Amino acid sequence: MIELLPLLYELISAPGLSGYENGVRPIIEKAWEPFTDQLSTSRLGSLHGLQKGTGGEPRPSIMIAAHMDAIGLMVNAIIDGFLRITAIGGIDVRVLPGQMVTVHGRQELPGMIVPTPARLLPSRAQAGVVPLEYLLVDVGLLPDEVVNLVRVGDTISFAQAPFNTGGETLTGHTLDNRAAVAALTYCLDILHSRPHVWDVWAVATVQEETTYGGALTSAFQLHPSLCVSLDVTFGSEPSSPSHMTFPLGKGPTLGWGPVVHPFLFKTIKELAERLEIPLSTEPAPRYSGTDSDAMLVAAEGIPNVVIGIPLRYMHTPVEMIVLKDVTRAGRLVAEFIVQLDETFMDKLTWED
Amino acid sequence: MAAMAENYQFPQIGDEQIKLLERLSNACAVSGDEGEVRKIVLSEVRPHADVVNVDALGNVLASRVGSGDNRLKVMLAAHMDEVGLMLINNQGDGIYRFETVGGISASDLAGKAVWIGKDHIPGVIGIKPVHLAHGDSYQKPIDVDDLHIDVGPVAGKEKVGDRATFATTFMRLGPSLRGKALDNRLGVATLIELVKHAPPNIDLQAAFTVQEEIASRGARVAAYAFNPDLAIILDSTPAYDLPAWETDENDRYNTRLGAGPAIYMADSSTLSDPRLIRYMIQTAEENKLPYQLRQPGGGGTDAGVIHKQREGIPSISVSVPGRYHHSPAAIVRLSDWQNTLTLVAAALSHLTPALLASDR
Repeated sequence: MIELLPLLYELISAPGLSGYENGVRPIIEKAWEPFTDQLSTSRLGSLHGLQKGTGGEPRPSIMIAAHMDAIGLMVNAIIDGFLRITAIGGIDVRVLPGQMVTVHGRQELPGMIVPTPARLLPSRAQAGVVPLEYLLVDVGLLPDEVVNLVRVGDTISFAQAPFNTGGETLTGHTLDNRAAVAALTYCLDILHSRPHVWDVWAVATVQEETTYGGALTSAFQLHPSLCVSLDVTFGSEPSSPSHMTFPLGKGPTLGWGPVVHPFLFKTIKELAERLEIPLSTEPAPRYSGTDSDAMLVAAEGIPNVVIGIPLRYMHTPVEMIVLKDVTRAGRLVAEFIVQLDETFMDKLTWED
Repeated sequence: MAAMAENYQFPQIGDEQIKLLERLSNACAVSGDEGEVRKIVLSEVRPHADVVNVDALGNVLASRVGSGDNRLKVMLAAHMDEVGLMLINNQGDGIYRFETVGGISASDLAGKAVWIGKDHIPGVIGIKPVHLAHGDSYQKPIDVDDLHIDVGPVAGKEKVGDRATFATTFMRLGPSLRGKALDNRLGVATLIELVKHAPPNIDLQAAFTVQEEIASRGARVAAYAFNPDLAIILDSTPAYDLPAWETDENDRYNTRLGAGPAIYMADSSTLSDPRLIRYMIQTAEENKLPYQLRQPGGGGTDAGVIHKQREGIPSISVSVPGRYHHSPAAIVRLSDWQNTLTLVAAALSHLTPALLASDR
């Protein structure tokens, strides 16, 4: 089986902000190449990998979406050699002061996010959290060098290096959602040596953190019978409410709510029990917060299921996951696909 | 007649010195736990100093005796410690509560990686996902009590009482240097060079002090032990030379990067000896070195306790300006460091008792 840790180190060290996924796509292409029959890129930049099924044509297909884009920042002004910034994706600005970043200018420049010192702020901004508009990036260069190397609109990635902590955990930025990209790679690896009737579309989607535009358009283009979102979910830790989080290392989650088809939920729940893969139920009463929210309403509507990998400190540069949860999520999806037969869609009904 | 340092060569900052600063910056030495830096200091100064002691508090006291008559005893102090954290409670599952040591802001802690203890065990200080923040809770400042250090679900060798620092690796950025604890590893690295290149006209008394960030305890006893004629404190002072809002000009910069060594006149704990201020300015101008006068005001250095030791010790602080001290990393200019080293070396090499015989 593929070694996931080196792949994950590579994946979370790569840039790839929403809309600028070029930084990571080649790494995923390389990882998927041995396990797919064809690879292509969608108009918006999502990576489509096809693993052909053994069924007769026309075969049903399943799309597994794992978004590859990252949250980050963008330069919106340059003042005296300092960069003013705006956020791409949902960021709690309180994690930003003191954060190391890479500015993707005409060269890659190491930088650091710094707050304007209180003494230089307008009085209304001196108390409380320093708002994003008063945060700057310092790249350590002289103002003339900065204007030669950086332009408004250049993207900025987090530069927190990945590292391992106790209990087979991996820590770093953008584990949301490169951990799920790794799980999907693991799933493809399993399916490569296991016969399956259905066609499998592995899709590394773009722009999940901003518009869901990648998943929506790929689901339309590929027109699968079923969709799976592989994403991360909230891991338990003391600062998060215990009733909305899931322990690290105790298996993935299965979404339940209006985005998830009840029959798919039931099928996967029973499968996990049979395989003894620990699986928590994650209620999502309105939105799943994943690509499934878009794939559900693509074309005439597609039945969806959402698998989550528990992750601590989501959308900070020190996200944390346990590797075992990544492989379990990948295996669960692979086993689900292996048991899909030509009649599965006939069984997918509403038990009212 | 004092031996004038006619052939004295000013020490230079080159790759070797930057490598040493890198080692010092990457080392962890929270106030009270300075061992990792002390080890480096001892190995650097032992071959050069005449006497080296580690005192009761952990200061490294290194002396080099000069060679002329009428030598002044000059104490040079640079603190080894840095601000940081201490693990104070094990909550299980690899989660620890902590307290801060020294002036470290809770707003710098969220979402950062840390190194714990002598083995630099990695951990993180996370916060609740922004997705789960209710109402405007993400607009409220973070309190240290809301934070914890997480080493992963399986605890390792870390334990309550261990210190932690930001996990920041030193880096060169064009004309600048970036690293943690440059307040005051810059002073330590500068003082190591001065011990290696001590001018012969003085007795050089180098104090690598402990616990500056929590009351300058080390400097107090070091100054007593050395009983010097005068003291020069080597530190790094904040540069607030960022764009200001709602004014055309930033007139509250404290110091500016690239403008040379910062000479102190007054901070919250010391009024520098006016003879030493004049002498430093004169030395800079005669040697055509850039210098700046640190805007008088708050802040403090080891001078605060040194100048009041025994019968009183004429003192001044000279700092390399640095942005973002006490945060995950500071950014400083290499040229400021070189010019600070040159200024202090030049000043030392022409010091005679006549300076202290003149009027304040």
